[in-house]
Amino acid sequence: MLTVVLKLVTIVAERVLQERLLHELKELGARGYTLTEVSGEGSRGVRASEWEGHNVKIETIVSPEVADRIIEHIANHYFQHYAVIVYAQPVEVVRGNKYI
Amino acid sequence: MLEILLTNLLSPIVLAFALGIVAQLIRSDLSFPEPLYQALSIYLLLAIGLKGGAELSHTHWAVVLKPAFVTLLLGMLTPITSYVVLRKIGRMDRINAAAIAAHYGSVSAVTFIAAQTFGQLQGTPAEGFMPALVAMLEVPAIVVALMIVFLRSNHHGSWRDGLHEVLTGRSVVLLIGGLLIGYLSGMEGLKQVEPFFVSGFKGALTLFLLEMGLVAARRLRDLRKVGAFLIGFGILMPIVHGVLGVVLGSWAGLSEGGSAVLGAMVASASYIAAPAAVRISIPEANPTYYLTASLGITFPFNLTLGIPLYFALAHWIGG
Repeated sequence: MLTVVLKLVTIVAERVLQERLLHELKELGARGYTLTEVSGEGSRGVRASEWEGHNVKIETIVSPEVADRIIEHIANHYFQHYAVIVYAQPVEVVRGNKYI
Repeated sequence: MLEILLTNLLSPIVLAFALGIVAQLIRSDLSFPEPLYQALSIYLLLAIGLKGGAELSHTHWAVVLKPAFVTLLLGMLTPITSYVVLRKIGRMDRINAAAIAAHYGSVSAVTFIAAQTFGQLQGTPAEGFMPALVAMLEVPAIVVALMIVFLRSNHHGSWRDGLHEVLTGRSVVLLIGGLLIGYLSGMEGLKQVEPFFVSGFKGALTLFLLEMGLVAARRLRDLRKVGAFLIGFGILMPIVHGVLGVVLGSWAGLSEGGSAVLGAMVASASYIAAPAAVRISIPEANPTYYLTASLGITFPFNLTLGIPLYFALAHWIGG
């Protein structure tokens, strides 16, 4: 089957940001996403406190341009005050037009 | 006083809380799965809403009016007193002071429940409509504290998102929703759900307090980071607010038990509604400060010593 290469963007963020991020992802051009509850440790310490909520992992497959826009948006708006990481990697998908 | 204190310290809910703390300190593998914690908090909030609403349905509005007015007043006053103390005496920066003030102005539902349970145990039960006052005390303080930040500086959080978070947060929705259901269906309606929501209540509360002990003990590790001032604040501010609540409650015509429970409510610091709203709206504020003060210091203090103190004071005023 024919595959095309797109970008898989993964965001791991504190739970309070979930609704905001999902809303903004769609505005930035993502067509869909997968959401998982996760926990872990990073530069801001263990983030597993129920009182702040778990972390969420949001994955979305998008065109390279949208991927850049998402990463830039998150870097500008969230890196300073929130516990967030974002990264992108190339993925091979079928039905490429489903995602862009 | 000593007798009241012992009755409280030896109640199952306080002992369960202590067990939670011990379990965490000895690094036991005991932990609550998050869905269980969620389920218990939904159950407790809806249960107190239902009971309060059913009581409201046969209470004359004039009886509630003055206590409600006093509650609203205290809800707007306590974030300001907290803020002023944190700024002037604690020399804290504006952002963190406002974030902590939001917590100390708002109310902890579990402290309220513990106080109400204690009142029944003492033979001085509070008025049945008290849950309605909890709902009224929860929101204004957070709004006032957010206003302090948003009116006096420009920063990154969103004021609208924060307000949305408070008003649609599960504690407000369940409490006000429960009050409405209880009010509309009346005492007859409460009877239908009594076996589940009333009989099981204290058992569920005991479980919840066990979890609270685990969570509070996790915050204890941060005590060193927050400093002596905030530890003192976490104990003395509740006493000042508690005394204010008892005195004004008694002035508003609440019974001995009612004034004491109002005192405990005003003294308590929120750790469900306020942290979520503050994290969204004032992200620059350090969660270690407000969560440790509210959960690690004030909640254990009120649960063990504060509640008997407010009851003793109410008794003294009433007698």
